[in-house]
Amino acid sequence: MRDTAVVHKSLAHDSAERHVAGSALYVDDLPEPPGLLHVHIGMSARAHARILRMDLSAVRAAPGVVCVLTAADIPGVNDVGPVFKGDPVFAEAEVIYVGQSLFAIAAETREAGRAAAALAVVEYEDLPAALTIAQARAAGLTLEPAQVMTLGDAKAALEAAPHRLQGKLAIGGQEHFYLESQAALALPGEAEEIRIVSSTQHPSELQHLVAHMLHVPSHSVVVEVRRMGGGFGGKETQGALFAAVAALAAVKTGRPAKSRPDRDADMIMTGKRHDFEISWDAGFDETGRLHGVAFDLASRCGCSNDLSRAINDRAMFHADNCYFLGAAEIVSHRFRTHTVSNTAFRGFGGPQGMVGIERVMDAIAAHLDLDPLAVRKANLYGPGRDTTPYHQMVTDNVAPQLIGELERRCDYAARRAAVAEFNATNRWLKKGIALTPVKFGISFTTSHLNQAGALVHVYADGSILLNHGGTEMGQGLFVKVAQVAADAFGVPLEAVKISATATDKVPNTSATAASSGSDLNGMAALAACETIRGRMVELLAGLWSCIPHDIHFADGRVWGPGHDVTFGEVARLCHLNRISLSSTGYYATPKIHYDRATHTGRPFYYFAYGAACSEVVIDTLTGENRVLRVDILHDVGRSLNPAIDHGQIEGGFIQGMGWLTTEELVFDDKGNLRTHAPSTYKIPCASDRPPIFNLDLWDGENTEATIHRSKAVGEPPLMLAISVFSALTQAVAAAADHKVFPDLDAPATPEHILLAVEDVRRRAAAT
Amino acid sequence: MSGTIRFLLNGGLREVAGADPTRTLLEWLREDARRTGTKEGCAEGDCGACTVVVGELIDGAVRWRAVNACILFLPVLDGRAIITVEGLSKDGELHPVQRAMVEAHGSQCGFCTPGFVMTLMAMWLNGGEQDAAKINDALAGNLCRCTGYGPIIAAAQAMGGRADASADAKIAEQLEALRREAMLELDFTDRFSGARRRYLAPRSADELAQALMAHPDATVLAGGTDVGLWVTKQHRSLDVVVSLNEAADLRAMRETDDAIEIGAGARYSDAYGRLTQLWPDFGEVLRRLGSTLIRNSGTIGGNIANGSPIGDSPPLLIALGAKLTLRRGGTTRQMPLEDYFIAYGKQDRQPGEFVLSVSIPKPKPGAVFKAWKISKRFDQDISALCGAFQLTMDGERIASARIAFGGMAATPKRAGACEAALIGQVFDEATLESALAALDGDFAPISDMRASAGYRAAAARGLLRKLWAETQGQAIRLVGTGGLVDA
Repeated sequence: MRDTAVVHKSLAHDSAERHVAGSALYVDDLPEPPGLLHVHIGMSARAHARILRMDLSAVRAAPGVVCVLTAADIPGVNDVGPVFKGDPVFAEAEVIYVGQSLFAIAAETREAGRAAAALAVVEYEDLPAALTIAQARAAGLTLEPAQVMTLGDAKAALEAAPHRLQGKLAIGGQEHFYLESQAALALPGEAEEIRIVSSTQHPSELQHLVAHMLHVPSHSVVVEVRRMGGGFGGKETQGALFAAVAALAAVKTGRPAKSRPDRDADMIMTGKRHDFEISWDAGFDETGRLHGVAFDLASRCGCSNDLSRAINDRAMFHADNCYFLGAAEIVSHRFRTHTVSNTAFRGFGGPQGMVGIERVMDAIAAHLDLDPLAVRKANLYGPGRDTTPYHQMVTDNVAPQLIGELERRCDYAARRAAVAEFNATNRWLKKGIALTPVKFGISFTTSHLNQAGALVHVYADGSILLNHGGTEMGQGLFVKVAQVAADAFGVPLEAVKISATATDKVPNTSATAASSGSDLNGMAALAACETIRGRMVELLAGLWSCIPHDIHFADGRVWGPGHDVTFGEVARLCHLNRISLSSTGYYATPKIHYDRATHTGRPFYYFAYGAACSEVVIDTLTGENRVLRVDILHDVGRSLNPAIDHGQIEGGFIQGMGWLTTEELVFDDKGNLRTHAPSTYKIPCASDRPPIFNLDLWDGENTEATIHRSKAVGEPPLMLAISVFSALTQAVAAAADHKVFPDLDAPATPEHILLAVEDVRRRAAAT
Repeated sequence: MSGTIRFLLNGGLREVAGADPTRTLLEWLREDARRTGTKEGCAEGDCGACTVVVGELIDGAVRWRAVNACILFLPVLDGRAIITVEGLSKDGELHPVQRAMVEAHGSQCGFCTPGFVMTLMAMWLNGGEQDAAKINDALAGNLCRCTGYGPIIAAAQAMGGRADASADAKIAEQLEALRREAMLELDFTDRFSGARRRYLAPRSADELAQALMAHPDATVLAGGTDVGLWVTKQHRSLDVVVSLNEAADLRAMRETDDAIEIGAGARYSDAYGRLTQLWPDFGEVLRRLGSTLIRNSGTIGGNIANGSPIGDSPPLLIALGAKLTLRRGGTTRQMPLEDYFIAYGKQDRQPGEFVLSVSIPKPKPGAVFKAWKISKRFDQDISALCGAFQLTMDGERIASARIAFGGMAATPKRAGACEAALIGQVFDEATLESALAALDGDFAPISDMRASAGYRAAAARGLLRKLWAETQGQAIRLVGTGGLVDA
């Protein structure tokens, strides 16, 4: 491996100094243009109803109101659904969830718009609403027919297996709680042009949707995003509504318009992680090794398709996690409900599928009275046991070695014995420990999305402007890609300036999602840099009368036989010799293909691996709990930036821990979200971080030719937190001396834990 | 009458005339002063993205504390010094707090970062902190969704603290010059709605009493950690706001041999130290009430006055036998605290009357006081339930019992049947069982987003069982002093 000055180094986030100084600008921080209007969206108060009458005359007459927009004002398509239609900008005849957009007010101030919204008179005729998975199942409401993925003959394998066990569990959804709520600023220009500054992970899609809504070609709409205050999937599709209403208000009034929901509106109006109900049926032998398994995965998709089909596909893709299932039948139901349309969230359905198989591992171990880690190890993919349920072969498996190494480093065996000892000597507090692995498939499973573009300019002074289709949401994508570009030209990082993502610089991009940001955009940027560097080399080889191979770029200088000049001098030479210093770059992930009709193929270019061991304690009197220690070993290939990757892993783990412990979404029986602010929705805070937190990167490199042999890191670490959920399950089991296996649902709030403790004690007493 | 609010922003004098008295500091910073480094994350004091540092003159010295700008009404800043994230770096050089955050990789998306920087800045101004538990307490009001907090805690430990507070002398001098000869009064009319809003900031309990006689239906504003949300969340228009933040005598804590009296204006953070000494469990519940940011603004008086069924201090105070003193004009009256709470949203307070102080009898020999707060998250969460127990032992027997719960009824309420089942008994397992049965009859809790009725009842039983176990010499604690204990 080449040692470079900039790649594989722990460099600070490119905006770190501006973050801490408060000078990093988010949409709502931009100087407000004169005449700016503030757009407030009027929301549905019913989950499912016909709109009998909507009288907005008092709204229009309210002080400070400039215009009121409804479906009738839309020149083009009244829909911002990302793949399939079904997400109207404004409801017309019927509402399908509480919080659905009915109309928008453009007002002189936020307060005026908000006050005016309260004057709307809307009469509804309620229709039957299905709010839960059970209600949708009963009503037969689905987005598409159930999808089935099969490996071998699961039914036969289950029937023939020496042991057989069934179970079920419910897994709650999750609010993204990006700290910056959705926001869009629309600036009208001449001749139908409109520029939108948005907090979005998907500027191209937003551009296309707004263009269709306005009935103008996509070239009339420019979407720009410098940074988001967090995304986590919640800004992959959910920003479109806010961009659309701002754009519409700007077009209708000729004035700039901003749409920035407050926290409550954001949480009520935007989609979340899908909640799931999983039932399983497993057949296995005395060692705990699976012969076959059947999963029934049911999810609450909400009122529209959004990305739910792909999300539920990914739940199926990860129902194996690191394990060879023997034979498998994975059935996935996508239920349509009268709740907000659930959407992408870090892991994209994968975490839910993975929780299912990890529960199976724990249940098998309890049934056979084995160490759950022994059962997990017995089931890992390996030689001759390397076919996934979607028929991709696992060829880059490092799980066995990685698990073994973590087991040793975290002193698993001794600590498991100490936990048992603690439980034997303590009456009220019970501990649990669990070591769980992660294998996460990298690529958009919709194969055509795996492409990216970049645009690189070298100016005649040698400074470099870098642009690509990826968006920065805090994950450190910009600095990673800048490292790649600086390395390509052999210049210091400071020579590369990263500019805002914009649809007029790089067109037709994919969302920054699926952990793919640096894989795709890093390669596209490298391609652009190599094109320019190739032109430079060709020129210099001619001028210096040497072969291209003898020309080297490093430390801001360029060397050839008998020559040593600065990079800036080379740039000027190119300009004087009429050599283009600008290039696009393009990348498409190789080797991948997938047939969704049969759910077979190679959806993933490669897999990222990791493992975590968590130790927890519960109070069996109250259900309160703490995570005492976590040890993590995670595979990011050859890290582009170890500090950034550490941050992604640690942050992902804590976010996953929140999902499985304190974060609980509560809807009432009318479909109102009751947890729509941080006062009621509890993400982890500083003291929830385990006091002992050991994190190391796995020493290895990607077997595939990814950018500098790194691996994607955004999503996989979230699933390391399944170790917390498994450890809590163990602690609950300890409350009844492991006589019965707990039915603990996620999130494991104090309430769910206490009820599970009481339940295992009741059942243990009955046996 | 002066209608101008005067304060220091990053060292410079600002005079704001014609302001809406319920405009928040955050709105003013972002929209009027265009200082957009301070962010809005929730507008309810729960995420800390809006954290600023406020300095106020106390006994001639500047006391710096981190607070939530999103729920702080602008006039409350009158006569005070505000530091925002823009005020830290000097001559283009990052402040040590900012430098530590950069070096620890303490920011990812960066949106929460200014708030964390300001919480750390308050810590730095007050000398810094190394203890991980205390750092967690200080950070409890700041949410980060990206980092998992590790790098921020590392920055807190690396940044050090201010060794020399002499720079405060100039601020103290500037603040001294802002001291008012007469109380601040504001009179504002909204340009769109025409609504009139007034604000008065009396400088003593006497002035407050007069002001409330003149405006008997005024909203009394203390720390604003509840009233602020009436505006930012419920979007109510408050016609007349009377602030008790300038009444220094209301902030006092007085102590006799028998009792400690806490003035209605005393902030949680003012009372925390002494209450912790007297009753460690009181301290532990206070430590988990809101966050440092909230406790730097919020008051025990306000926690009582607003009559929330889930306020954390009332059940503890009731179990301790606290008495409430109310004042109306020149007349004061005292009552047992539990009598103040009549029904949900209804308290025994007359128009023009205000909470003056609460008086708590000090621990007597044989007294045992235990209290526990149960919530989904340990820090900065509202109780699902909160139980407080005071037993007075006469040898083996329970001579008296005062048990109160929050979150179990429409008001903070005593568990009369449970108390009766304990009084006169030896606290053995048989007594425990009868007390558990009695407790079930004391409450009919509701289900809401914080917990189900079934869980509330089960956890209340769990707390009574824990009381029993702890009186047997065991201690069952997951957090707080001593950390994990079950012995």
